[in-house]
Amino acid sequence: MTNTVKTPLVHITRRKNIVWYRAWAIRVIAVILALILCGIITTFVVHINAIEVYKTMIAGNFGTARKVWFMGQDLATLLIISLALAPAFRMRFWNLGGDGQALMGCFGAAAVMILFSGSMPNWLLLIVMFVAAIVAGMLWAFIPAFFKAKWNTNETLFTLMMNYIATQLIAFFVVVWENPKGSSKIGIINQRTQLGWLPDIGGNKYILIIIVAIVLAVGMFIYMRYSKHGYEIAVVGESEPTARYVGIKVRKVIIRTMLLSGAICGLAGFMMVASTNHTLTTTLVGGRGFTGVMVAWLAKFNPFFMIITSFILVFLGRGASEISTMFGFNDSFGSILTGIILFFIIGCEFFLNYELHFRKSAKKEVA
Amino acid sequence: MFDIVAFIPRAVIQGIPLLYGCVGETITEKSGNLNLGTPGIMYVGGICGVIGSFVYEQKAGDHMIGFLAIAIPILCCLIGSLLMGLIYCFLTVTLRANQNVTGLAMTTFGVGIGNFFGGSLIKLSGADVPSIALSKTHAYISATLPFAKNLGWFGKIFLSYGFLAYAAIAMAIIAAITLKKTRVGLNLRAVGESPATADAAGINVIRYKYVATCLGAMIAGLGGLYYVMDFASGVWSNDAFGDRGWLAIALVIFTIWRPNIAIFASILFGGLCILHMFIPSGTNLAVKELYKGIPYLVTIIVLIFTSLRNKRENQPPASLGLSYFREDR
Amino acid sequence: MHQRKDQILDFSFDAVTVLWQKGTNVENKTPILQLRGITKRFGDIIANEKVNLDVYEGEILALLGENGSGKTTLMNMISGIYYPDEGEIFVKGQPVSIAKPEDAFHLGIGMIHQHFKLVDVLTATENIILGLKEPGGLDLKKAADRIKEICDTYGFEIDPNQKIYNMSVSQKQTVEIVKVLYRGADILILDEPTAVLTPQEAEKLFNVLRNMKKDGKSVIIITHKLNEVMEISDRVTILRKGQYICDLETKTASVQALTDAMVGHAVELNIDRPQPVDPKPRIMVDHLTVRSQDGVLKLKDVSFTANSGEILGIAGIAGNGQKELLEAIAGLQPAENGDIYYIEEDGSKEELLGMDPLKIAAMGVSLSFVPEDRLGMGLVGNMDLTENMMLRSFRNGKGVFTDRKSPHDLAEHVVEELEVNTPSVTTPVRKLSGGNVQKVLVGREIASAPTVLLTAYAVRGLDINSSYLIYDLINKQKKNGVAVVYVGEDLDVLLELCDRILVLCDGQVSGILDGRTAQKNEVGLMMTKVGGGEAE
Repeated sequence: MTNTVKTPLVHITRRKNIVWYRAWAIRVIAVILALILCGIITTFVVHINAIEVYKTMIAGNFGTARKVWFMGQDLATLLIISLALAPAFRMRFWNLGGDGQALMGCFGAAAVMILFSGSMPNWLLLIVMFVAAIVAGMLWAFIPAFFKAKWNTNETLFTLMMNYIATQLIAFFVVVWENPKGSSKIGIINQRTQLGWLPDIGGNKYILIIIVAIVLAVGMFIYMRYSKHGYEIAVVGESEPTARYVGIKVRKVIIRTMLLSGAICGLAGFMMVASTNHTLTTTLVGGRGFTGVMVAWLAKFNPFFMIITSFILVFLGRGASEISTMFGFNDSFGSILTGIILFFIIGCEFFLNYELHFRKSAKKEVA
Repeated sequence: MFDIVAFIPRAVIQGIPLLYGCVGETITEKSGNLNLGTPGIMYVGGICGVIGSFVYEQKAGDHMIGFLAIAIPILCCLIGSLLMGLIYCFLTVTLRANQNVTGLAMTTFGVGIGNFFGGSLIKLSGADVPSIALSKTHAYISATLPFAKNLGWFGKIFLSYGFLAYAAIAMAIIAAITLKKTRVGLNLRAVGESPATADAAGINVIRYKYVATCLGAMIAGLGGLYYVMDFASGVWSNDAFGDRGWLAIALVIFTIWRPNIAIFASILFGGLCILHMFIPSGTNLAVKELYKGIPYLVTIIVLIFTSLRNKRENQPPASLGLSYFREDR
Repeated sequence: MHQRKDQILDFSFDAVTVLWQKGTNVENKTPILQLRGITKRFGDIIANEKVNLDVYEGEILALLGENGSGKTTLMNMISGIYYPDEGEIFVKGQPVSIAKPEDAFHLGIGMIHQHFKLVDVLTATENIILGLKEPGGLDLKKAADRIKEICDTYGFEIDPNQKIYNMSVSQKQTVEIVKVLYRGADILILDEPTAVLTPQEAEKLFNVLRNMKKDGKSVIIITHKLNEVMEISDRVTILRKGQYICDLETKTASVQALTDAMVGHAVELNIDRPQPVDPKPRIMVDHLTVRSQDGVLKLKDVSFTANSGEILGIAGIAGNGQKELLEAIAGLQPAENGDIYYIEEDGSKEELLGMDPLKIAAMGVSLSFVPEDRLGMGLVGNMDLTENMMLRSFRNGKGVFTDRKSPHDLAEHVVEELEVNTPSVTTPVRKLSGGNVQKVLVGREIASAPTVLLTAYAVRGLDINSSYLIYDLINKQKKNGVAVVYVGEDLDVLLELCDRILVLCDGQVSGILDGRTAQKNEVGLMMTKVGGGEAE
């Protein structure tokens, strides 16, 4: 039959509106499905039952007080970097250079620590470290921002390449400053004197960075939601012609916002060097600039939702790492699980924006 | 002294993985899909080939058949990269997800797969070897013409490579011709420029996006395979492939979406990557680290210069990065 | 609003109904294309509801309806862009399913969209053969020969090897028509084809359509211009609010009857034009020359004066420098040469060129601008009404935080005053209909009590009621002594609304005419040739 009427099986239309609880239900279902799939895959790979997998994951995050604090610190570091990236993304500036900017922050702080320890009082040393970290982070953000503003140079790859340059730069200085000689690494800086170390709060060196992260989240929320700058960022992100039309200087906003991004990344670097790690390596930031992109995007740039999304990713990463150590696999297992959960969360957006209409009856009579 | 006869072949073998990645990404981008997952796909391509030939080497022992030794890793590599391409397409084309974020997630995932299986393959398979060194497969895949060695500098510069290197160049040429001279190429360009126009002209936009992206992923995956099996002599080490995937994506911009230019550009970049070994720096190890940054610096300079060009024909496909929904008004 | 709806429903069309019955009785053949009970919804919006339509061989059918009446949606379902939710389509008596554009080609249906579906970086030939599954490889030469053949048959002129981005609007349209003919279409659908053409170009197009009709092809022309319907069509089908209203023969219809059927109630077709009160020079443009970023000359030596209390119309084919002119005055477009002066009440001149919108405002010049691209420039589609009001006022007040109270009040005020149909002031403006979007934009722009009002295509895409509301608003500004610059595309409106009309052609001033005495033909000629009529 050539003239039968065929209706397409599935027909997609754009959703007009979605109530908030349905949107969240869809997201939660996606996360649950992803966790189930992760469990199945883990079971398949390491041959333990799924319940055991989740138990191990939870144990990896909450097993001991030390683990909880460690997770908190990991979460806080990721959150700070994600918060740094959020305003740039709101502006549709794809800053994939969080790693490099934070690494430069680490570099700035560590350089001051190595070169000037003992030549000034500790409080001044800390301030100089802080300033150096922030300036270094800002510089690394400014370069791509300048070219984006001036000639619309592709910022995605530019910022990415800046990461590698930062890595090589630090590799260079790691060799220059190696300690002890011949180890080709910089050990714990000022292990004995503890110069340039931020004080522990209540004997716990992880609390400070957590506090910084929380303060920053609240501050960023207010900045993006209520400040004039935040409004300008939103307008530039939505439509550059509109921004120009109302007299917003797009170039200035791009550069200013990226400087802020770089400064906060630099702050993250400072915290890592001065508060938690006290060393400098090329892998100190560990791809958080990358993960931060996804944290910020999945949370729709809302700093409070970013706490949730970064928690999910940190939880998975640490859980997977626990499984890896227990069963003698390498750490990359976490990246696989992270990838899977990201696929589900990214994919579920579709169901928030579109509706599916299935063919009502397959054998509709043709009149 | 700068030894050009030694330098060129090394630049070429460095450049071939970039060429595969660049050609694959170009085909993908011509369909309007910006696949930032390519670095991950290249890892997956590499590790799938490794898994295939590892299993085969273990099973076959001393009785390896040349054809299978070559075909199995290639097939595994293609299947693995195809699956990655399908994930990307399902998310961005069918579910219309943001291409950048999907790509980054793919890279996280793909690099994870590569490093996980690379690090755990021996334990997983219960094999009794200290490390993954697929020297037999390497011998098959990197075999060169027997008389190439007798041809002096000519043989060294032009004939000293395994067949996958020539396949990469052939693929780039075929891709260039297809894009420029055939109906399929014309239709693909239209899809990338304006999917709505292509759709109204009766081109199946979804199918073109899927096929181009998956094909691009498979080609990029071969770059990963070439790297392990030929360049790295069949030895997998974690993170060794590094950031070649990103350089490949940057090369696409540099070559203004033309695979034929990619042949020379990738060899040029291959040269930049190994320049640090040819610049005399004595015993100063630190400076070598700085030289290693040259390719990235050059990439940035290239990006800046390409952004200064305004010619219409040299712009990225107009719909690059945007998802297409027919009923959008 | 509700009251008006009732009126529409109660309105009776005795005259029209009689004509309609006559119309359908004339034809005894089976239609080549039949639609029965076609319904299409977009979310809650019903774009088409149970629409019927018949097209016969060798006729030109006008599909008449206001903006937003669902004409384009209906045609998109015939050409495979949308899929109907309900209803049936018959081609030559056979039921068919048109799920994708390809299906439409196979049935001999081709559509020329209002926004051309062409790939800019490809040539005419490449665009025309795009997506075809002809046997054999890609042979551009052979295709170019066939294109020439088609052009000769119908009297087109195009260069097959020219890139689309180098073409004028009318050339692009020709490529679109040839593309459809190349595919062997018997039914051609043209969506508002004359919107972008001069009267002379439109006449040329109509001749081509008549040739096609002689060739036995069927043509559907979507339009809301009544004079075109009268001139070109054999029959008219009228849609209103997505519903089929009636079907009649053109020769038996009158303009007034068609309008009434289209709008649903009796319409006063005249636009008010009060005499200017005490016009004084307000904006003086002097030898202005503008080049685009890639070096193309957009405005050449443009000089004119816009007076207070007067509407200065700008006529011209789209893309002849209108956008650059308005943007240069608004401080958004740098110029190569010339001056733009703002003249104060006391006669003192101030240079506007080289200023940005902020500096202009800081000078105390209250200049409002309603740009052509409403959601891409004038407003932010994803932001709600309040946030869009903030675009002009977010800098107000000291401190780093924005004030949301006064923009919120302004949004409420605009919604009430201009009868904006929106669920609330927290609705993103992209969810509003075209007319309501424009009301929000115009409402915000006139809220600052401007002394200069620039508008570009202020009624494009709006239905008649909204259009008249906009005309009223503009006239009110004129009475308040504002210097209004009105860039328009519909010559009939320009001739009825404006006090003076400046015609732009190729970035040059082709002439400035008195709106009360100018003739449409004269303006049309000036649009295509600098100096126009005199040069003939």
